[in-house]
Amino acid sequence: MPHRIEVILKPGIKEALGETIAHRIRKHLGKEVERINTVEVYTISEDLPSGMLELFAKEALCDPIVQNAMVNKSTALERDFHWAVDVAYRPGVTDNVGRTAREALALLMELPVDQVPSVHHSRQYLIKCHPDHVLSALDVESIANDLLGNKLIQSFSVYDRSTIKEMKKIQPKAPKILESTDVFTENIDLDVSDEELLRLSRERVLALSLEEMKQIQAHYRRPEVMEIRRHKGLQTRDGEATDVELECLAQTWSEHCKHKIFNADITYTDEEGRTEKISSLFKTYIQGATKEVRRAAGEDDICLSVFKDNAGVVKLDDEWSLVFKVETHNSPSALDPYGGALTGIVGVNRDPFGTGKGASLIFNTDVFCLASPHRRKELPPRLLQPLRVLEGVREGVEHGGNKSGIPTVNGAVVFDERYLGKPLVFCGTGGLMPAEINGKPSHEKAACNGDYIVMVGGRIGKDGIHGATFSSEEFHEGSPATAVQIGDPITQKRMFDMLLQARDKGLYTAITDNGAGGLSSSVGEMAEDPGGADLDLGKAPLKYSSLQPWEILVSEAQERMTLAVSADKIESFMELARRFSVEATILGTFNDSGYFTVRYNENVVGHLPMEFLHGGLPPMKLTARFDPAPESDPSSEELWLSAENTTGSWNRVLLEMLSRYNICSKEYWIRQYDHEVQGGSVVKPLTGAHDDGPSDAAVLRPLLGSMKAIVVSCGICPRYSDIDTYHMAACALDEAIRNAVCVGADPSRLSALDNFCWSDPIKSPQNPQGPHKLAQLVRANKALYDLCIAYGVPLISGKDSMKNDYRSGDIRISVPATLLVSVLGIMEDGRKAVTSDAKKPGDVVYILGQTRCELGGSEFLATKNRVGCSVPKVRPQETVPRYKALHKAITAGLLRSCHDASDGGLAVCLAETSLGGDLGMDIDLSKAPVQRPGGSDLPPEVMLFSESQGRFVLTAEPDKTEELENILAPHGLSRVGLVTDDSIFKMRTTNDKVLINLPVSDIRQAFKEALSSERF
Amino acid sequence: MAKVRALVLAGNGTNCERETAHACRLAGGDEVHIVFIWDLLAGKASLGDYNFLVLPGGFMDGDDLGAAKAGAHRFKHGKTPAGESLFDQLQTFIHGPKLVLGICNGFQLMVKLGLIPNPAALLSCDDHDNDDQKEKTPAKSPSPQEATVWANDSGRFEDRWVYLTADKSSPCVFTQGTHKIDKLDLPIRHGEGKVIFGSLDGLKNALDNHLVPLFYASPDTGRPTEKYPENPNGSPRGIAGICDPSGRLFGLMPHPEAYSHFTNHPRWSRDTLNKDLAKDLASEEEGAGLLLFKNAVDWLHRYAD
Repeated sequence: MPHRIEVILKPGIKEALGETIAHRIRKHLGKEVERINTVEVYTISEDLPSGMLELFAKEALCDPIVQNAMVNKSTALERDFHWAVDVAYRPGVTDNVGRTAREALALLMELPVDQVPSVHHSRQYLIKCHPDHVLSALDVESIANDLLGNKLIQSFSVYDRSTIKEMKKIQPKAPKILESTDVFTENIDLDVSDEELLRLSRERVLALSLEEMKQIQAHYRRPEVMEIRRHKGLQTRDGEATDVELECLAQTWSEHCKHKIFNADITYTDEEGRTEKISSLFKTYIQGATKEVRRAAGEDDICLSVFKDNAGVVKLDDEWSLVFKVETHNSPSALDPYGGALTGIVGVNRDPFGTGKGASLIFNTDVFCLASPHRRKELPPRLLQPLRVLEGVREGVEHGGNKSGIPTVNGAVVFDERYLGKPLVFCGTGGLMPAEINGKPSHEKAACNGDYIVMVGGRIGKDGIHGATFSSEEFHEGSPATAVQIGDPITQKRMFDMLLQARDKGLYTAITDNGAGGLSSSVGEMAEDPGGADLDLGKAPLKYSSLQPWEILVSEAQERMTLAVSADKIESFMELARRFSVEATILGTFNDSGYFTVRYNENVVGHLPMEFLHGGLPPMKLTARFDPAPESDPSSEELWLSAENTTGSWNRVLLEMLSRYNICSKEYWIRQYDHEVQGGSVVKPLTGAHDDGPSDAAVLRPLLGSMKAIVVSCGICPRYSDIDTYHMAACALDEAIRNAVCVGADPSRLSALDNFCWSDPIKSPQNPQGPHKLAQLVRANKALYDLCIAYGVPLISGKDSMKNDYRSGDIRISVPATLLVSVLGIMEDGRKAVTSDAKKPGDVVYILGQTRCELGGSEFLATKNRVGCSVPKVRPQETVPRYKALHKAITAGLLRSCHDASDGGLAVCLAETSLGGDLGMDIDLSKAPVQRPGGSDLPPEVMLFSESQGRFVLTAEPDKTEELENILAPHGLSRVGLVTDDSIFKMRTTNDKVLINLPVSDIRQAFKEALSSERF
Repeated sequence: MAKVRALVLAGNGTNCERETAHACRLAGGDEVHIVFIWDLLAGKASLGDYNFLVLPGGFMDGDDLGAAKAGAHRFKHGKTPAGESLFDQLQTFIHGPKLVLGICNGFQLMVKLGLIPNPAALLSCDDHDNDDQKEKTPAKSPSPQEATVWANDSGRFEDRWVYLTADKSSPCVFTQGTHKIDKLDLPIRHGEGKVIFGSLDGLKNALDNHLVPLFYASPDTGRPTEKYPENPNGSPRGIAGICDPSGRLFGLMPHPEAYSHFTNHPRWSRDTLNKDLAKDLASEEEGAGLLLFKNAVDWLHRYAD
């Protein structure tokens, strides 16, 4: 019989969680409540020995100072409330608290964990209504649905006070999976019509096209294939595949895993009607750029392993290698923002960990693209309120990063209404590994013929089934809920602790992550080196017994790595795993048979030639046509600026710009992420006199005994895509590089990652815009190619997510073409790092880099609901030598501060420098370097807010200015003013006309309040 | 001179072990070992071989049952093959001339195990003027948990630097040893850092007996504060750390190991670092957080066996 233990706070103890929930009910849902109390509920699935329940409650679950526990009795009646809502996980959903409580019970009972009853955690919310706003049962249900939980993964029970009073207690109910006894493999006849093939693909969520289905059909029709299958003892008839094989092929061939669009044959026509053929964007532009950069670098090439492993690997020095990968987790985050983002961050942790022999993890990054959190409009079906999405993804990354002990050092948040349909959640992780481990290069690995296939970490459940294929389609009302899961950072941390020991002892030959596609993908890919594998799904450890073989194969259940362990090491490996309480299971062997053989105990349930599995997919043939919308730049008059052309109005415009969501302080996020664990923090995300100025990039020392530092930065500017994705991509790369150089990274030792998030670029009746979107992709690739070569920055890894659309009936919401560029830099000496805040009154302020008439796609025009056409352009002939010279000045210690001008232009950049230092500035903008067409003065809105690339605001102490000017004068440097001690931020222009005159405190307030914690 | 043999505990969700071990080494620790709790439980390592136990920050068992709650439970009920619990080992450990430092999650663990403030220990070491530090021994038997560390008033995890002032009359070996620590900047990184005593007397006793060596303070007034954000979690009277009456068992929410180099400080490039503390450091490079570890090392060199 199940039992229920309730733990409640003692009277008088502050309900921090309850207060947060009450605040959110008011803020997010617009409903009044008086108070929320919370009760932690533990359900024990079966009877325990006498007295054990009480002991368990007292010893393990209840803090005697602040909590009371009750066994099989409702604590709610001790509180004044109107409604009680129990929120419990649905059966099979990862329940971290329940897992920990069960381990505690096992310790108490002195038994192994799997021999004690399961424990399930749920939470009860006691709602006391506001006297003037009585909540109905319906109101309470909507609070449960919209805030307290997510019905995809949680169930709700609502009680009113009198019901609980009558019952005295709530009947305990342990979530239980209905265990079906029939485990079987289905044979699927592929000798069917085209319509039938398409129906199969759709109904099984295979996400395969007709052409791909026919490719598979043809395989099974080949006589030699039939012969081998009969010989192998597969229980299929000729022309039939097993469900295991079909699922395995669908995962391996999914857009998510195979990047079919990036590898397609594309016929591209530009705006002038010129046509060219491109065979694989990836090979031509991404790999192509890196190849050229590496060739040009010669002996100075820093790349060690690019585009072949889970993450890119570059040299830090001769003894250490750096690993970096950024992933997106958009589709799961649309369904369950918390779980999606949590699995996003702990998932990308496994990429550097599964790269080469395995890296220890040294930093995380996070970039979110979201709709405005304070949008209050009716939502299309199945979409979640943007505020809830924001809070969910923020908290998911918080729990994933903080609990893993990895500092979240860099990130960005971009707001645009078009992210309502699918939020973009980019999660990145960097790693560090010795260049050599046990005498061999750490970035190389290969499973060997005869090695055991060992799965380590969590168990397999139905969670995450079809994640890879699901993310390869658009988000719709019927999107599968099983794609949602909750991450478990502690199980993963235990596994990483153990695996790092195993790595250093040389206990395994290869390692990879179980991410998209699960075992199908990890074993299938590792088997490429030895040339085959024999995998027994019957041996796989399961969370519950009702999984079909195909589900075991493709489940994306988290916290699992697959390893190759040689026969002579297997015993030591398994012993180490046992000691660290980490589950490790031998699932078969790697071989050189040329086949990926899948068994379920005695039966062969899948037998696929490696060659067909990995090489059988023909490239797609696609058409791209660039068809830009006609746009022109609005004139000053059109913008109604003439009327505003006074000091007071420019003051107002600047304050409005500083409080734009895309510009304002993200301190609310930053503070909730541990950004300095591991002890090597040098430049933090916030800087300055009051730790509240924005930093351009992170600087950290991964080796605590050394001054060597790494720099992490990013660039993202999707607004420019509305004009031209070529310049969007160029600017994203320039911004990331500029940010890195700004804090002190050596521009000759940078590497970059590209993450594309696009709207579906394949033409269909529902998607007539497909060819233009594909052309946008082509242009972005061309820009990356041109600029990476110009800067000598290799692309070392990347990812694409191509179906970021939402569709319901006639409503289609597509994300703007978005490219995130993440840059990893190296500094020989972290002590040379420079921050963005002004340091001392009397310091000289400089602007480096020309301002041009480039308001197109700017944050300023967005305030006028305009896009314009003069998009900022990157001019590497100017910026490449400029960045080198700037680095020289930084290394020589000539700068007090350096800040990159991006969103919001010079006015925002100068204001941030001033507020960071809590010091005034007196700036004469007419002295700023400019490129003016026809010699005329640039209008004030351009001088203030144009987003021309390649610009910086610098400050220097007066006695260093001569040396500084010697180095930077040839690169567009002008002295524009001074840092002052009067706490006034002042900008003048020609004839001493004052444009802006504001107290620094006003600037700080505008910057900090727009998205401060009170707004959530 | 006795050798400092430090055990820095790791595993099961602890995550600051590397920088904590680094700080121990920089401070002069002779042998500093990162030891996984699994090796202690398997009997492959033992507290008895060390004289400095450091419990670093992290999330033991994910803090799933409350901060360090399941971790404390594992200490009490997890057994070595010889049938001894880690708590038994710890009891033996603290009766020798040894030191325990708990940081963040380690502090939460110490409080929940009842190791601090443990006023019962006053009985065995009420003589603060006793020169022979070795005679000051913590309580002979485990005392019940007297306080706890609970959710921040803000309801949020936060990473921010705080300003700490010291009780100069505290017996705390770590703050009032060779180097007298005061006006120290350190980062806090926690969601559960508010100290709550089981009774008002408990709070009063701890303060009266100088068992609160460090307070969150306002940099303007230099006084302990309950005001957010100078006090990041709402701890009464600004309590940032607690020691036992012997001064040898000490835990704190802020992270001294995260300030082992001057560039760790968020305002290092602004030339505003505390010069008083800097003169106690071996070089301009060192961060003032190291002083806590240096005090421990000096004490052990002098008094350990």
